Amino acid sequence: MSDQEIRLPSFSETSEGDTHTIVLDGVWATHSVGKVDKKFKAIKLPTQPVRYIIDCADITMLDTAGAWMISRLKLRIQDDGNEVEVLNLSKNNEILLDAVMHAVTNDKSEVVKPAQFQLSGILAAIGKMSYSFAADFMASMNLLGAAVRGSHGKTGQGRRMSFAPIASQIDKMGVGAIPIIVLMSVIMGAIIAQQGAFQLRYFGAEIFVVDLVGILVLREIGVILTAIMIAGRSGSAITAEIGSMKMREEVDALKVIGLNPISVLILPRLVALVISLPLLTFVANMAALGGAMIVAQTYSGISPDAFMTRVREAVDMTSFFAGIIKAPFMAIIIGIIASVEGMKVEGSAESLGRRVTSSVVKSIFVVIVVDGLFAIFFAAVDF
Amino acid sequence: MVDVNNIVLSVRDVHVQFGNHVVLHDLDLDVYAGEILGFVGGSGTGKSVLMRAVLGLNQRQNGQVKFFGHDIDTADEETRLAIDMRMGVLFQHGALFSSLTVAENIEVPMREYLSMPKSLMRELALVKMELVGLKRSDAYKLPSELSGGMIKRAALARALALDPNIVFLDEPTSGLDPIGAAEFDGLIAKLRDTLGLTVYMVTHDLDSLFSVTDRIAVLGQKKVIAVGDLQYMLAQDDPWIQSYFKGERARTIPAFDEAQRKMKNNNSKLASQ
Repeated sequence: MSDQEIRLPSFSETSEGDTHTIVLDGVWATHSVGKVDKKFKAIKLPTQPVRYIIDCADITMLDTAGAWMISRLKLRIQDDGNEVEVLNLSKNNEILLDAVMHAVTNDKSEVVKPAQFQLSGILAAIGKMSYSFAADFMASMNLLGAAVRGSHGKTGQGRRMSFAPIASQIDKMGVGAIPIIVLMSVIMGAIIAQQGAFQLRYFGAEIFVVDLVGILVLREIGVILTAIMIAGRSGSAITAEIGSMKMREEVDALKVIGLNPISVLILPRLVALVISLPLLTFVANMAALGGAMIVAQTYSGISPDAFMTRVREAVDMTSFFAGIIKAPFMAIIIGIIASVEGMKVEGSAESLGRRVTSSVVKSIFVVIVVDGLFAIFFAAVDF
Repeated sequence: MVDVNNIVLSVRDVHVQFGNHVVLHDLDLDVYAGEILGFVGGSGTGKSVLMRAVLGLNQRQNGQVKFFGHDIDTADEETRLAIDMRMGVLFQHGALFSSLTVAENIEVPMREYLSMPKSLMRELALVKMELVGLKRSDAYKLPSELSGGMIKRAALARALALDPNIVFLDEPTSGLDPIGAAEFDGLIAKLRDTLGLTVYMVTHDLDSLFSVTDRIAVLGQKKVIAVGDLQYMLAQDDPWIQSYFKGERARTIPAFDEAQRKMKNNNSKLASQ
C-alpha cells in the first residue's frame, strides 16, 4: 500500500457568518473510515438556519463507505431543514456520491428487526413446542401408516417391493455396525461383571455375578445400548440422507415421476432396521456375555465351563426374548423419527444440522422411555 | 474508462490437470483495469476451473498468477491479505451463508478485515444492499427466504463489501428471467462506472455478452483461443466461435445486427482503400 492510502481521514469545521464549512481530508475508504466514524457522527450542527458547505478538495480517495459518511451528514443537515452543498469532488467521486445518495434515498422501506427477548417469548416457545410435539407425533403415525399400508408406487411396477435397496441398507446399517457393537458390548459386559464381582465378594457369592450379567445384559443392556448406538450411527445417516435429498428437491422429483418417496426412501431403511436391530442385539448379547466370561475368570477365577453351566441354570428363554422382542420396536422408533426429521429439513445447511441433532436426541430419548414402558409391562404380566 | 496499461490480473502459462486429465494448458490471460471481461466457452472446457485456479481454490500444476502486479505465489502474508481485500467473488449459486441474515452476510468480510464500529458496519451493509437494488426491509431475511434474483444481488453486495477493485462473477445471470438478467447486467455496468470496478464475468448469456462486456475471452482447446470485442469475435474463423456468436440464438439479438453492420462498413472501407 502506498503512503497515500495509509493517510487517515480527518475533518475540520469553520463557521463564517451564516456559512458553516466542513472540510474533509485524507482517505475516506472502507478500510479507514472506522477511525473517524464516531467523531464524524457526533458533529454538532448549529440550530439556527445556516448554509452548509462540505468541502472535499483534500480527499485523496473515496469509496462507498466514505460516500456513505458524506451522504449521512448531508441527509442529517437536510432533515434539519438546512441547505447543504458538496464542493470540489472529482468527477468520478461525484458519480459515486450521487449513486449512493440515490440508492439510499430511493429505498423507502423500513428495517424490520426481529422481535427481542420478552417474557411472552418463553410462553410462546412452550406453546410452539407442545404443538410441534403433537405435529411430530401425527407425522410419525402418518409415516408409519403409509409405510405399512399405502407405501407402494402409484401404478404398475411400483406394487412390488424391491429387495436390492433393503439388502444394501442392511449391509450399511447392520453388517457395518457389527465391529463397533461387538467392541462396545464386550467392554460393557466386562465392566458390569467386574463391578458385580467386587460387590458380591463381600457375601461370598461371586458365582452370582453370572446371574447378574446374564439377566441384566439379555433383558436390558444389550438391546438398549445397541438401539442407542444405531440411533446415533444410522438414525443420523437416515436424517442426513433424506434431508439433503429434500434440500436438492430430489424428493419432489420422485413425487413428480410418480414414485412414492416413502416407499423408495423410507420403507427400505425401515425394513432394514427392523431386520438388523434384533440381529445386532443378539450379537451384542453374546459379545457382552463373552466379555463377562473373561472378567469372571480373571477377577473371580470362575472358569468358562462353570460360567456356562451357571448361565444355563440362571437364564431362561424368557430373559432372552424379553430383550430381543424389544429390538424391532426400537428399530421402528429410530427409523420413523429419523425419517420424519429428515422430511422436515428446509433449504439451509443449518436446518439440516439441527434436524440431524434432534433426530438423534429424540430417538435416544424415546428408545429409553419405551424401554422403561416395556419393563413396567413385563413386570405387570410377570414375563 | 478501460486502462490498458494497468493490468489488474495477469495469468501466464497456467496448467491445471486432475489425474491424467489436462484441463488447462499454458493458458495466458490479461484483465485490464476498469473493463468488463466476458468469459465464454463450451461446457466442460474449464471456465470454472480457471476461475477457481486464479482464486487459489484449485491447485494449479504450473504457471503464474499476478494480481495488481504481485505474484500470488511469492507474495508475503501482508501483500496477500491486501490482495484478498481488493477482490470479491460472486459464486454461481450465491454461496450465501445460510445461517446468517442478508445484512450479516455482507458484514462477514468487514468483520474479518476492518476495525470499525458495529453501527457503521450495519449502515454500510444497508448501503451496499441498496446499491445492488435490495430493500432495507430485506436486511433481516435469511437466504432461504430470498428469491433467486435477490440471492444473486445479496451475493453481489457481499462481494462488494470491502469495495474491491476486481470482482469475479460466475454466471451472474443464470437462473434469472430476461428482465431480471437485463437489470442485473445494468447493475454491473453501473457499478463498474461508479466504483471503477474491474469485472471478470463467466457467462453464457449472449445478452450480457453483447450489452455490457468490453472484451470477450473464449476458452477452448485448453487455452484462451481468442480475446477481443464482439466485432473481433464475429471475424474469427474458429468453428466453435462461429457457431456460438452466429448461431440461431445469437441471431435474435439486435446488438448482433448492429455489430455486423458495423463490421460490414469497416470491411467496405477497407475494400475501398
